[in-house]
Amino acid sequence: MANQISIGEPAPGCKKVDPILVADNVTRVFGGLTAVDVEHMEIPRGLITALIGPNGAGKTTMFNLLTGFDKPNTGEWTFDGKNLAGVSSYKVARMGMIRTFQLTKALSLLTVIDNMRLGDQANPGESFFKSFIRPVWKRHEAKITLKADELLKRFKLDAKREDYAAALSGGQRKLLEMARALMSDPKLVMLDEPMAGVNPALTQSLLEHIKGLKENGTTVLFVEHDMHMVRHISDWVIVMAEGKVVAEGPPADVMKNPAVIDAYLGAHANSDLGDIEINSAAKETN
Amino acid sequence: MDWLNALNLTAGEFVGAYTAAYVLCALGLAVHFGFTGLLNFGQAAFAALGAYGYSIATLTFGWPWWSAVLFGLLCSAAFAVVLGIPTLRLRADYLAIVTIAAAQALKFAVSASIFEQVTGGSNGLSQFGDSFYSLNPIPKGRYDFGVFALSENELFIRIVAWSLIILIALFLYFLTRSPWGRVLKGIREDEDAVRSLGKNVFSYKLQSLVVGGSIASLGGMVFVMSSQTNQPSNWGTNFTFMLWTILLLGGAATILGPIIGGMVFFGLLMFLQSVMEGLVNMGWLPFLDIAQVGQIRFLLVGVALMLLVIFRPQGIFGNKKELQFNG
Amino acid sequence: MSQLNIRAGRKAGVFLGIIAMLFAILSAGAPAKAADDPSTYAYTIAGTLLNNDKPLADVTVTAQLDAFKASAKSDSSGAWTIMVPKPGIYNVSIDKATLPAGVSFTKADGDKMQADLSQTDFAAVLFSFGKSTVVEQSFSDQLLVRVWAGLNFGLLLAMAAIGISLIFGTTGLNNFAHGEMVTSGALFIWLFHIVLNLNILLSAVIAVALTTLFGWVQDAGLWKPLRKRRMGLNQMMIVSIGFSIVARYILLLFFGGDTKDIGGGGNIIKLGPIFTSDIALISLVICVLSLAGVALFLTRTRLGKATRAVSDNPSLAAATGIDVERIIRIVWIVASALTGLAGVLYGLQFQATWLTGFDILLLLFASVTLGGLGTALGATVGALIIGMIVEVSSLFIANELKYAAALVILIIILIVRPQGVLGKKQRIG
Repeated sequence: MANQISIGEPAPGCKKVDPILVADNVTRVFGGLTAVDVEHMEIPRGLITALIGPNGAGKTTMFNLLTGFDKPNTGEWTFDGKNLAGVSSYKVARMGMIRTFQLTKALSLLTVIDNMRLGDQANPGESFFKSFIRPVWKRHEAKITLKADELLKRFKLDAKREDYAAALSGGQRKLLEMARALMSDPKLVMLDEPMAGVNPALTQSLLEHIKGLKENGTTVLFVEHDMHMVRHISDWVIVMAEGKVVAEGPPADVMKNPAVIDAYLGAHANSDLGDIEINSAAKETN
Repeated sequence: MDWLNALNLTAGEFVGAYTAAYVLCALGLAVHFGFTGLLNFGQAAFAALGAYGYSIATLTFGWPWWSAVLFGLLCSAAFAVVLGIPTLRLRADYLAIVTIAAAQALKFAVSASIFEQVTGGSNGLSQFGDSFYSLNPIPKGRYDFGVFALSENELFIRIVAWSLIILIALFLYFLTRSPWGRVLKGIREDEDAVRSLGKNVFSYKLQSLVVGGSIASLGGMVFVMSSQTNQPSNWGTNFTFMLWTILLLGGAATILGPIIGGMVFFGLLMFLQSVMEGLVNMGWLPFLDIAQVGQIRFLLVGVALMLLVIFRPQGIFGNKKELQFNG
Repeated sequence: MSQLNIRAGRKAGVFLGIIAMLFAILSAGAPAKAADDPSTYAYTIAGTLLNNDKPLADVTVTAQLDAFKASAKSDSSGAWTIMVPKPGIYNVSIDKATLPAGVSFTKADGDKMQADLSQTDFAAVLFSFGKSTVVEQSFSDQLLVRVWAGLNFGLLLAMAAIGISLIFGTTGLNNFAHGEMVTSGALFIWLFHIVLNLNILLSAVIAVALTTLFGWVQDAGLWKPLRKRRMGLNQMMIVSIGFSIVARYILLLFFGGDTKDIGGGGNIIKLGPIFTSDIALISLVICVLSLAGVALFLTRTRLGKATRAVSDNPSLAAATGIDVERIIRIVWIVASALTGLAGVLYGLQFQATWLTGFDILLLLFASVTLGGLGTALGATVGALIIGMIVEVSSLFIANELKYAAALVILIIILIVRPQGVLGKKQRIG
């Protein structure tokens, strides 16, 4: 089926019309176990891509590798044309790729507004020698505080501005992390399981916010477990299993793909689970 | 039991020169642990480098006091960089062990006889205070403050030391309320979160180590200036452990904490010592002698440290919500 | 610890030991007091002047600190004592004019020494006369001697290091008070065997038993309640630092700050160029047997396997029905016994002071880290390597820097390979 996202038919590792991230031959081995073995992966620009797969598929490991939080055994990737392999995590963030974490890292010892201010990357006051000359950073601080307040309003957290992040609920902290990630106007936002631990009432709101990111021109890549939630908002889906990419394509197609069903349910998709011996090969490493 | 004498001695401790020295070193440790979450158990090394830097610059190079101070600061800053670059990437408990080891290794090095020409070996150095005390504008004499009396030099070092403390406290106050301080606060809680926001966490930790270490080196200089002797035995693990007790007593993540904590700590210690010595002299504690009273002081420090960490880790001024031991 | 100097120092050591023993007997059973003296001075500097084992009498020795100065004359057995009023580091010197004719010091400035009374109330000073009694040996011979000493020291370290490793593995605690268990083993063997003159085997058993009790009480009274409170590991580490201070000073108050010279009592055995004693050989055998015993326990017995399971993953082990608290209790008992035994053997071969364990604590951490935290085999390997480094390095660098060398090695290990020689690299995230 023709689409405007991939060049040619959707297939694992297919090229994209306008990729923002291109990865080649990425492998990560943990003491004998290959967690990630991706020949080729491209993430389309300006769209919402979902990275899904069962537990142990290597999604979070891939995330960690791409964002510099882990070192690959092999692999090269470029972000917006710039080589990123082996670049440390803070530098990756400075290049415009911001990630969130599965276990939310809203800094609870800081207030909500301070959390937001921390998201800015250009504050002269964050340099040691300039920090004790207040006039140098006062204006910039006011500017980013304005921007922070706008974002907080958009995410409906403005009432909690002066509270310590510890006082927020789990879902609110997820929102805070997302809002904070936007402070530096990133090109690519990488969300690691944004729905995890969020109560169902909030998931719709979260999905709307993620769609809102795309409307602002930001590319989104997110990792999720549940296909059905993903179906609503993603433009493209990449499926990983046992470290490899097993399928790619628009969500509707991917959900019907036998390889995908196989990955989630194993080769015994049609058998009675009571008749199967426990398969020890499917380990949890995610 | 001479209560008046005990109280006088205690009052003297509140503003003593040694108290000031420990307070300065504790302020440095507050930057390390309180504000950045670094488990630095080698603070004695930074103080020692300040002291040795100053005394060697004065005695061996013949420099005036201000060059000597700069040299001492430079020594401890260099040590912070040399120590920090390989070790700041380590887990918290590894960092604790490494910093203790580094401080011990430094102590062995300065007491080694092969360096005796410069460091004075195990005897240490002395008589390096002339350049500093020549600045003393106070006329010669004895000054009575009611509860205690001081010579003009004793008064001078106290004024200098406590003024330094006030200056550094103000400096830290503004530093921690700056965006730079905000980054440190984030690092203290979760380094990865701060990295994901584009900050070079390692660089910040190194800067914190240098700042705290430099403050401690000033403390080391004050320490040796009042007695004008500098011996390796001053800089053992007891020094570091007393600092930690002071810091935790006052409140690790505060600025007032190390100051008040230091004053209370030494005041209490002196008071207890005076009382115990008095009781021993009166024969009320027949199983102890005077020498052991001094040893019991350290035992109490250990007990205090344990009780603080278990029951009130935030100390006097600390905020329980802000407490972070990273594990 | 140099085997070469044992003979040279042994006679002086025996004399000092007698002095220490009398000292201790005078205060046995109660906290150590200063020797009774007409004046009110509570600090003692003492020694014995011997020239090639012949006592030097009527020699004037002077102690000085700041404005204080006092002198004494050595008696017919060469012994002298000076009482001083306060703590500090005293300069002790000999009036050369009072030396008998023909007697000279081993080193040019051998007439000036120091006595460190800053943290103890008794300091011994040894003046050396006559020719140096150190025997010159070929390098390979010296190396052999050092390797032997390193093996011996390494095995002792291993016994104590396994204790740290087991406790860390099962509870996650970096126990800074572990050194004090070594110290208690060493001080108790001194107390029972030297002071109370009990049979050496009986003394050893009692010393190990008391140390084991100390360890058991430590866990039951302090660590278990803190574990129940779910205290963070770094917080517990700081608690252990406080506890080690308390334990050290309690030992100081009861045993005094002087060095208890127990070592050098065995019969000399010559192994090629190596002079060693029967005590050292027995110690070696005991260490090897104990370590083998621990290895068998961990690999062959059910309890041992359960211990390894708890070390690996306590919640998973608990889920399979293992009583984790019981395992931890057993681990503490085994660890304390091993460490106490290490202290006993160390004391019997060398000496015991209140700081014995604390001085080697960092070496123990170095051993455990080098080998791979949490594995008993790793701790053994690491300890042997550290022991070798400490002893062999004295061939190349100044003796006083050998501990510093081991510490620098520790720092380097933690930087280059934090998981140690045998440990596995941890996955992040």
